Amino acid sequence: MRIWIKNQSFSLGFSHQTSVMSSFLLQLSYLIGSITFVVGLKKLSHPETARQGNLLAAAGMGLTILATVLFHEHNGERIGNIGLILVAMAIGTAIGWTMAMKVKMTGMPQMVSFFNGMGGACAGIISIVEYHSHPDGASGYLLVVFLGLIIGSISFSGSMIAYGKLDEKIKDFSAKWLTVLNLVMLFVILGILVTAVVSPLTFGPSVLWILLSLSLIYGVFFVMPIGGADMPVVISLLNSLTGMAAAFGGFLYDNQVMLTGGILVGSAGTILTVLMCKAMNRSLLNVIIGSFGGSGASGAKAAGDQTVKEISLTDTAILCSYASKVCIVPGYGLAVAQAQHICHDLEKQLEAKGVEVYYAIHPVAGRMPGHMNVLLAEADVPYPKLVEMEDANGMMSSTDVVIVVGANDVVNPSAEDDPGSPIYGMPVIKVWDAKNVIVMKRSMRSGYAGIENPLFFHAKTKMLFGDAKDTLQKLVGEVKMT
Amino acid sequence: MDALANFFIENQDMIYIVILSIFLGIEVISHVPAILHTPLMSGANAIHGVVIIGAIIVMGHAKSDDYLALSLGFIAVVLGTLNVVGGFVVTNRMLEMFKKKK
Repeated sequence: MRIWIKNQSFSLGFSHQTSVMSSFLLQLSYLIGSITFVVGLKKLSHPETARQGNLLAAAGMGLTILATVLFHEHNGERIGNIGLILVAMAIGTAIGWTMAMKVKMTGMPQMVSFFNGMGGACAGIISIVEYHSHPDGASGYLLVVFLGLIIGSISFSGSMIAYGKLDEKIKDFSAKWLTVLNLVMLFVILGILVTAVVSPLTFGPSVLWILLSLSLIYGVFFVMPIGGADMPVVISLLNSLTGMAAAFGGFLYDNQVMLTGGILVGSAGTILTVLMCKAMNRSLLNVIIGSFGGSGASGAKAAGDQTVKEISLTDTAILCSYASKVCIVPGYGLAVAQAQHICHDLEKQLEAKGVEVYYAIHPVAGRMPGHMNVLLAEADVPYPKLVEMEDANGMMSSTDVVIVVGANDVVNPSAEDDPGSPIYGMPVIKVWDAKNVIVMKRSMRSGYAGIENPLFFHAKTKMLFGDAKDTLQKLVGEVKMT
Repeated sequence: MDALANFFIENQDMIYIVILSIFLGIEVISHVPAILHTPLMSGANAIHGVVIIGAIIVMGHAKSDDYLALSLGFIAVVLGTLNVVGGFVVTNRMLEMFKKKK
């Protein structure tokens, strides 16, 4: 390789030599970066190697950024404004780092959504600047610029709404007309896109701002009616959209690392989205079009003519202590109350008494798939104790006591036997197959999806009202004394 | 039509990369346990922060009197960095919890 470079320098002169060398280093870094993204993503899908995978991808990202600043050339010109770029990166790092370090475990899903929106906005802005510099580009160029703009903007505004919703700053809003309006808007955006690409003179330069505002509004309207249990799916979908927007940037600059990174996330994100939909036994279209939210018509009757049975702490402690198998079903309530450590204490106390304890994990419990796993891992609950839904359902009939901690929709029998329920068909943890069910809940309020839960009125169910952390704490004390 | 045909021919290599990357992305994560859905989504989120490269290019080749490009580029670099740094740090924090109990 060195000989080859020497020959080049001999015949073409010194300036070209540095150019070849730096473009070689740039391309090499991009290649290495792309490989770290693939391998990192692969490693992220195994528990033992996940952390390593994340660090590997981060290192690759650092390398590509550094190489771009040092070696990127456009028509023989090096990257300028390096001072400003470094300042911008310092600001971004400071804010990003602080936010990511400060966020609580319960806030993780919102945080991911927020960062996703930032990436989308970045892609959108790139398209704006590109169009501003070359408004008279060829059709293919315009197509890529506009697609980057549209997808980036939708991803940005959609992610911000998802962030607001998960943070409970924005309320669900759904209406039939909104679904129709969304479809119309989508067609209008596509129509304008096609026209602007085929005959760029139709709209003039203002087309950029038309597309920008329509896409931003569409992103808001798109996420607005999707509520409750479906938010994880939406975040995953928006995540893959941002991936695609990044890939369009790659097309724009003939930049392979942006292309591979973006497309990789785009396709992996899409598959992840489909996997999540599968976990809820629904199609992606159904999630997007059929808005959730409103309380099912069949829900109301249950509340009126049935009563719930309460159980005292002491009785709960005795019931659990003398059981041979206890199952804990965690939900978002556990995350909100930050009760994962006390939950682990309870498990240890019961194990000390010879009770077999396991956790039944619904894939979409909490506000994000795997939310419960992350939470319980934080409290040092060992892996083998976390049982996935299908296996847990097989173990239910041999379980003496099920303790539901702050879960609701994922243990709702309506999903099995009430075709009128909005969650009908979603796989749930069949806690009612166990001998006793104790539901820990703050109040009789319905779950995040706003659906009544007949489980609370079930013959086997007893309610233990109170804050999850507080109640568990007292329960641990009671179990110790039993 | 000619324009699109030209676009296709000029960008053949890129189109190949796109198609192969799509299959790669599907293959790489198709056997992920539910346990890792959140960290994986978060990690993927950080990876698409690679869009920052585009922001750096925009910023780096903006003319010094083009204030629109400069200021928008500046914002884009800030937002892109937020995506990259925040994404990787959040993912690492999630995964740290998995590591501890081993």
